[in-house]
Amino acid sequence: MSLITLIPLLPLLGFLINGIGFRHVPKSLAGIISSGVALASFACVLSLFFGFDGKPQVVSVFDWITVGKLNISMSFLIDQLSLLMLLIITGVGSLIHIYSIGYMSHDEGFGKFFAFLNLFLFFMLLLVMGSNYVVMFIGWEGVGLCSYLLIGFWNKNNNYGNAARKAFIMNRIGDLGFLLGIFMIINHFGSVEYASIQESVVDGGYLSGDKTLFYITLLLFVGAMGKSAQIPLYTWLPDAMAGPTPVSALIHAATMVTAGIYMIIRSNFMYSLAPETLEIVAWVGLATAFFAASIGLFQNDIKKVLAYSTVSQLGYMFMGLGVMAYSSSFFHVMTHAFFKALLFLGAGSVIHAMSDEQDIRKMGGLRKVLPVTFVTFLIATIAISGIPPFSGFFSKDEILAHVYEHNKLMWAFALLGSIMTSFYMFRLLFLTFFGEFRGTAEQKHHLHESPITMTAPLMILAVLSAIGGFFNLPHIFGGHSGLAEFMAPLFAHSKVEHAAVDESLEITLMVVSVIAALISAIVAYVIYVSKKAVPSADSEVSGIQKLIYNKYYVDEIYDSVFVKPITALSNFFYSVFEFLVIDLIVEGIGKLVKSLSAEARLLQNGTTGFYLFAMVLSIAAIIIFSLKSFILG
Amino acid sequence: MLTISLILLPIIAGILTLTTKGENAKKIATIFAFAEMILGVYIYSSFVPNATTQFAASYDWIHSAGIKFSVGIDGISLILVCLTTLMIPFIILSTFNNNYKNAPTFYALILFMQAALIGVFTARDIFLFYFFFEVALIPVYFIAAIWGGENRIKVTFKFFVYTIFGSLFMLLALVYLYIQTPGIAHKADFESIYAVAKSLDLTQQSYIFGAFFIAFAIKMPLFPFHTWQPDTYVEAPTAGTMLLSGIMLKMGTYGLIRFILPITPLAVDKYGMVAIILSVIGIVYGSIIAIQQKDMKRLIAYSSFAHVGLMSAGIFSGNIDGIQGALIQMLAHGINVVGLFFIVEIIQQRTNSRELARLGGITQTTPNLTVYFVILMLGSVALPLTNGFVGEFLLLKGVYEYNVWVGAVAGLTIILGAVYMLRMVQKSMFGITSKITEGFADLTFSEKAVLFPLSFLVIWLGIAPNMFLKLTEPAVSQLLSIIK
Amino acid sequence: MQVPDIIRQIPLNYYIWFSTALFCIGIIGVLTRRNAIIIFMSVELMLNSVNLLLAAFSSYKSDPSGQIFVFFIMAVAAAEVAVGLAIIVMIYRNIQTIDVGLLNKLKW
Repeated sequence: MSLITLIPLLPLLGFLINGIGFRHVPKSLAGIISSGVALASFACVLSLFFGFDGKPQVVSVFDWITVGKLNISMSFLIDQLSLLMLLIITGVGSLIHIYSIGYMSHDEGFGKFFAFLNLFLFFMLLLVMGSNYVVMFIGWEGVGLCSYLLIGFWNKNNNYGNAARKAFIMNRIGDLGFLLGIFMIINHFGSVEYASIQESVVDGGYLSGDKTLFYITLLLFVGAMGKSAQIPLYTWLPDAMAGPTPVSALIHAATMVTAGIYMIIRSNFMYSLAPETLEIVAWVGLATAFFAASIGLFQNDIKKVLAYSTVSQLGYMFMGLGVMAYSSSFFHVMTHAFFKALLFLGAGSVIHAMSDEQDIRKMGGLRKVLPVTFVTFLIATIAISGIPPFSGFFSKDEILAHVYEHNKLMWAFALLGSIMTSFYMFRLLFLTFFGEFRGTAEQKHHLHESPITMTAPLMILAVLSAIGGFFNLPHIFGGHSGLAEFMAPLFAHSKVEHAAVDESLEITLMVVSVIAALISAIVAYVIYVSKKAVPSADSEVSGIQKLIYNKYYVDEIYDSVFVKPITALSNFFYSVFEFLVIDLIVEGIGKLVKSLSAEARLLQNGTTGFYLFAMVLSIAAIIIFSLKSFILG
Repeated sequence: MLTISLILLPIIAGILTLTTKGENAKKIATIFAFAEMILGVYIYSSFVPNATTQFAASYDWIHSAGIKFSVGIDGISLILVCLTTLMIPFIILSTFNNNYKNAPTFYALILFMQAALIGVFTARDIFLFYFFFEVALIPVYFIAAIWGGENRIKVTFKFFVYTIFGSLFMLLALVYLYIQTPGIAHKADFESIYAVAKSLDLTQQSYIFGAFFIAFAIKMPLFPFHTWQPDTYVEAPTAGTMLLSGIMLKMGTYGLIRFILPITPLAVDKYGMVAIILSVIGIVYGSIIAIQQKDMKRLIAYSSFAHVGLMSAGIFSGNIDGIQGALIQMLAHGINVVGLFFIVEIIQQRTNSRELARLGGITQTTPNLTVYFVILMLGSVALPLTNGFVGEFLLLKGVYEYNVWVGAVAGLTIILGAVYMLRMVQKSMFGITSKITEGFADLTFSEKAVLFPLSFLVIWLGIAPNMFLKLTEPAVSQLLSIIK
Repeated sequence: MQVPDIIRQIPLNYYIWFSTALFCIGIIGVLTRRNAIIIFMSVELMLNSVNLLLAAFSSYKSDPSGQIFVFFIMAVAAAEVAVGLAIIVMIYRNIQTIDVGLLNKLKW
């Protein structure tokens, strides 16, 4: 068995051990097994990565579905993109596994949790390793399943269950688009393998703006919208925060939600020939980035702020994809994985210390009791706000520079979004770690720094968040865009215009965005530290703030536009249409026969005279009938 | 000879069962059902993947009318024979915790049913096919009418009359085809009928198509011929429901593949769209109704109705993906629906209720059951790497190739399926325990003995569908070559 | 075979009219009378009108099979009368009447 097949198999093995041995594997062992397989996977990936010679490698495991001319094989592809994704998934994934040992230590579903985490890793690895769209789809749906299982992990709470269902169903809406996209691909290219599709596209002489490619890419993008929480399918992600915090970090920040970006980068050879789709991608991304950031401004739940921030950052990534800055988007995927995972884990540490309190209005002053968490959280906040030299700055500014090249209005909105990002992140930081403690005495008594299994991943991620930007240091800072160069072969066929952004312009753009971010950080400081403002209670918010606080009532709108009508339709079909229309006809036929027979049986009245009369009449009728030509001439 | 013994074995077993008393009936029935399963596995393993009819046997039956007792197995039959022989042992095992009155009769009826079902799927003579098609109705009618719920008499009567009504149309079509065959004695074997069918013009084919369609549409059932189904599924004892939904409704889909496609290709060309649209309406309509159901059994009944719609749409799309998908989906659907109904039965035995509003929190006491339930549910919502996915993927692809828009609407099944299935799982399994689920007992051995193999099959078929696809493909390609 | 002149002296038409009249009398009897025995007699009348016609045609056609048929009918009718009268007797013993108007239990 090659190293490549081992990568997904190891987590699967972990899942089987922890899953089948649920309640039998001792608690101390469960965490070690599952972190162990994740780390082992990571080791495999590392050895692959360092042994990688730049040539894509396909490993076919077995033929999965063979029908007619179509053969869908279970096969894995190792190239630049999948290697990078693998590094992020297994690397960050392992850290989060280790973190979870501490975080979940008091939970009765400990073994189950690790089984699910391993299962998630398995599917996520399938997703990025598959050498064709159907294997990607397996992973795609599989991670959706794990997301469902883990959001509803605390299954006693029905609200959590509802959130889990919502996530699964909204993802399924996207999946339908993806599936139709796959069908269209099969129809046109007769294959689902990336390599052979790419060949057909390149050799097929498709022109930019080709209708087929437009529809295919659009359908695939619908899938991406669901998985990566873009407007209009984003509302499940904030609700998904019902799951345990490590889950939010792993699935809903670092890995699964970036699957959509992975998919578009994977299909870049098609997207690059579909400028209309790219335009749609860019605008959807911008709208999501801006819209979600504005909601983030007034949220008071520590995880909700981070959730909207994730939605917003994903929007930036899609914007980058939309302007064909594929490697920049991927760069942001990577840095985002570092700092957002860190933020979530930090938030988890805070929640852990606060005895499961998530409302930032009840926190404050935690920097003294949670020093490690505070420092790492601070680093992540600076990184996400785009302040140099931390990682977020480099990746976001690359995207912004490309967006500026593409469309200046778009850039302005994106900049506004990033100002908001900086504001709400610092607001979160200040409210949580600065000022006075606002919780109950009992909570205060209980405050403690988290154990080493939790803080160690924080520290590693903090380092990565700080220096992550140097993986792709741009030329103006003396770097050589290492990541972009590494990924370049992926885009060999997609004619990416690597617009050499004018250096002075690039610097101007950077300075503008850094200053903007700093200003909003300072504003946040003034409001929440100097003036010690605390967000008002839920009942006191009003006006536009209330509108935003309630997330523009999008959930309510969806509820009354989709959920309620379908429910009503269901009730109508069942209690009216089913019984009063269809069954009425069916039963009606039966009743008709019955009532006819009820009438007809009255003829059988028992009077012999009547029978005789009927007989004679009938004989006469028959005679007349048979002799009618004789009688009538 | 093997095929004959496949039919005879359950009959002998049934007669033996009738002679026993009480507990022994269960055991004898189980032993013979497993023996039959072994026979089925043997047939599966010695089946040669080509388009011929294998294990064939033929005896004169009514010589002067050219009617033969002729049976045999090709790829299409094989998958259904496998389904029948696989499922019956589990259906029998699933009743181990019930103490039915007149148990010997009950088990004998199940075994007779099996014989009839195998007969339907292996018959190579239209008269024999019709014979078994009708005979299969009788045991299940008695199972439902004797051991069913309160409303059983009215409901089973409706079911019986409705399906018989449909079958008569089929008889009409079969007789018409039969008298078209050459010779004074005529012929009734499939090959002669297929040969005759080639000479039919569009008008003739249309009438035959209509007659067959009504018969099979009622059996499956398709929208709008489905109103007998939810009531019957709810009223029948669970074993009966399993027989009906797991195996018997496949007689309808089998009929579509065996008769409608090869005999009336011109009519399918012309009216196939109507059939597909009805099927797709059924998918959406059934799924939407399932969303708000309160009774678990009724919910699964409507979901089964929706799934069958997809199978029929795939078959009528008339391409290899659609038909192969339908075949693999028949197997998958049989497994899933038997498992799901069994879970409902387990819940009902322990709580005396199937009402979602009164259940909840079962996972707090019996996590095992939840695991099985979730696996079967995933199979039913067609998650990749479960059996349901392979079928639905191919079916949807088939329908998509036939018509993009119909394919897209049919695709709604993957969204709506998730909606109602997840709702059912959540309302019954998750949350806090209710009054009636507090003391939910753990699974017994016989329950695990059913659920574990079924769950295993769900995943195994999802990973290795080629096990069956490869065997059915030659037969399906040959069928398609008849059409083209 | 020739038809004897003696028979030819009466034209076939007469036979037809006569048996039609006889048949109609039988019908009217059956329809109007309520006494089972009289109805029975009327039925016999109808039967015999047909017999007559059969015999007549048979003679005129010189085909004896018609007359053979008449013998059969007479034999069967005799048996029928025996059974029928027995039923009527039984009815009379049970309900002390043979009015068919009262015999209407066999309905619906």
